[in-house]
Amino acid sequence: MLLSSNPMHIPDGFLSVLVSLGMWLISAVIIGIALRKTKDELGEREVPLMGVLAAAIFAGQMLNFSVAGGTSGHLLGAAIATILVGPWAAILVMTSVISVQALLFQDGGILALGANLFNMAIVGVFVSYAVYNLLLRLFKKQPWGIFAAGFAAAWASIFIASLACALQLALSGTSPANITVPTMGAIHALIGSGEGLITTGALFFLLATRKDLLKLGEASPTSNKSILIGGSLIGLTLVVLSPLASTHPDGLEWVAEQNGFIEHAKAAAYTLIPDYAIPGITNPALATIAAGILGGVIVFAVAYGIARAEKRTAQQESLQE
Amino acid sequence: MHPIIEINHLSYTYPDGKQALRDICLSVMPGEKIALVGANGAGKSTLLLHLNGIFSGNGSIQIQGLDVHKKNLGQIRALVGVVFQNPDDQLFSPTVFEDVAYGPIYQGLDKAAVQARVLQALDRVHMGAYAERNPYHLSEGEKKRIAIATVLSMQPQILVFDEPTAGLDPRARREFIELLHELPQTMLIATHDLRLAETLTPRMIVMNQGEIKADGSSSQILADEDLLFENGLS
Amino acid sequence: MPELYIVRNSPIHRLDARLKVIFTLAFILSLSLTPFRAWAAYILFLTITLSIALLSRLDMVTLFKRALLALPFALAALPLIFSTALPHSLWINLSGFQVSISPEGTARFASIALKAWISVQAAILLAATTRFPDLLAALQRLKVPAVFIAISGLMWRYLFVISDEVSRSLRARSSRSGAASASLHTGGSLFWRARVTGGMAGSLFLRSIERSDRVYAAMLSRGYTGELPTGDAMPFSRTERGILVLGILLLILLWLLAILSGG
Repeated sequence: MLLSSNPMHIPDGFLSVLVSLGMWLISAVIIGIALRKTKDELGEREVPLMGVLAAAIFAGQMLNFSVAGGTSGHLLGAAIATILVGPWAAILVMTSVISVQALLFQDGGILALGANLFNMAIVGVFVSYAVYNLLLRLFKKQPWGIFAAGFAAAWASIFIASLACALQLALSGTSPANITVPTMGAIHALIGSGEGLITTGALFFLLATRKDLLKLGEASPTSNKSILIGGSLIGLTLVVLSPLASTHPDGLEWVAEQNGFIEHAKAAAYTLIPDYAIPGITNPALATIAAGILGGVIVFAVAYGIARAEKRTAQQESLQE
Repeated sequence: MHPIIEINHLSYTYPDGKQALRDICLSVMPGEKIALVGANGAGKSTLLLHLNGIFSGNGSIQIQGLDVHKKNLGQIRALVGVVFQNPDDQLFSPTVFEDVAYGPIYQGLDKAAVQARVLQALDRVHMGAYAERNPYHLSEGEKKRIAIATVLSMQPQILVFDEPTAGLDPRARREFIELLHELPQTMLIATHDLRLAETLTPRMIVMNQGEIKADGSSSQILADEDLLFENGLS
Repeated sequence: MPELYIVRNSPIHRLDARLKVIFTLAFILSLSLTPFRAWAAYILFLTITLSIALLSRLDMVTLFKRALLALPFALAALPLIFSTALPHSLWINLSGFQVSISPEGTARFASIALKAWISVQAAILLAATTRFPDLLAALQRLKVPAVFIAISGLMWRYLFVISDEVSRSLRARSSRSGAASASLHTGGSLFWRARVTGGMAGSLFLRSIERSDRVYAAMLSRGYTGELPTGDAMPFSRTERGILVLGILLLILLWLLAILSGG
């Protein structure tokens, strides 16, 4: 939460070991594929381009615009990266950024890095790619089409990544889905708008200056089908799964049981997936109120975190000559 | 006539402990054009950035009688226009018009007023025809002029320049100095370009290690070889 | 950029970076594997971070405070306190409303918060005692793909340069963010501000891509062909191996203790 001011970097201790390792595995496989694909495409240009772009995205996360009161909006950059260098290279760039943020700035845990990479570098990129391409095709006749596509891609990258994050927290038993999904979803629907606006502004600038640099400048007929399908699938799955999970919190445990997780876990000396905690308050109206208050507290904490990170960035700024 | 800039016993230490400014006292009358010279690290940029509140040290600074204080920063920044060394850092919009319009739009002016300000500012720097151009494609000299326009559109009383002629070829440099001659605002120019000081600024301030070592007529100071040498200027 | 590596001459600083990376990973892993309410074990884990801080001649209070910055996320686990599904929930009457407080849930919340806090300390200690290039070299020797090492190295090199650019842009922007008269509403619209920031981002990325072209040209001129250095395989010395083994054994011991005492 420190530098990026984006409340999606999960620290260590919040995800169960099973979820953490599982996410590590999935991320490692996909990043491995990205490595191969990028090498084929870029050749020796790969390293200097990725390296400097990663620095730019890292630094770019310092850019802010004031929203209201003391809060400000910031950038994650997955969508811009995808539009600039294509999905596979974007995955590599975001991986480097997020990894260094975790390793050096403790922005996100080390065990949890697999999950954070999955959410921001993979889901963020894939979803941007899918949304961007689909909308570009839809609006290709309109002059504003590219901006709508860019906005939507950036918004979706944040929003859907946050759903993945919420579900990981729920699966770990840290926080029940019927709290995390709506809260993360709501916060990031807002933050996503900031990302969308900044991305659109950047697109506007780039189109006017070096249009040739936009890898995904136009909807190309040869756009990578697998990512298109993958990105859309991930997005849809998360969007469908999340409300399901939040209304049927038992559902996830039921699924886990069916797949033998619980049996397997019970074989160990202790449960790897802790008991699913449901904040049930018998009065349903009260339940919503309590959820609302908790949501509000979480939003406040997020804003506080953002404000503090802002203050630190401002202090860094005044350090420069 | 009252001084338009009044600095009293200004000191500033960086967070890492290095002292950048020591007991600076300075008084500037409206309309004066002053060159601020000194070796790299003498504290010129740091001093200039105190004038619009980017840095704040100990001591007092008044701009047109207004204290440079957090509550006045909005007005101060409209009074003091800072032109930074690297125009690329200042030009961040897709068109020249939008870059120059940033200041007035932020100030809350309406569309017609913004339009008027922009065109006026561009005219002042003789870049009237460049409104729809992309700043990215301009030459270094053109970018520097646009950078001045972005600040002029806020109608400042004071213009502050950080190394304005660095990186310009001789012709661009000459044209730039001519432009500065034409502008009526009070000017404070941090520069290594001693010949610029000769032609443009009657008054010169020499800085070294955060202190003001000399403050007087440019021709006198430039004739003093020893002074220049001691302070890293030759 | 906040200080990461803190220059000290301590035994920890001098340790091989691979050791520190492996131990930090093992530490965080074993801590995560501990069950809830293993208070004794948590304290022992904390003792380890304190000892390492001591050995590294780092200030413990700063360590503790910095680690707290990870904690706003802990609010996500707050609902555990109000759970009714966990055993032994108490019902409390708050001015007519019935709210359940679960001691078990609270214990779990506390466990999560503590574990998170301690894990972050381990990460901070790693960053504070290891120079980034050494860290990268260690990761490379630990078989992280060479491409990432190369990309991260370049990123590090240009991070500060580009951050300075961003700072200057932000500074140039605030210098033009003034007020004309008290009656006008300053700031422009939110939409406009976001768009301006987007322009800054676009400009930033554009310049960075062009910078990368220059870097590429410089690399080519010095013979770069796309091949990346594989890094020398330096085996551990006996003392280093010994330290590592002892460290891992200690962690396993703590983990066993945790299982027996908590859960």
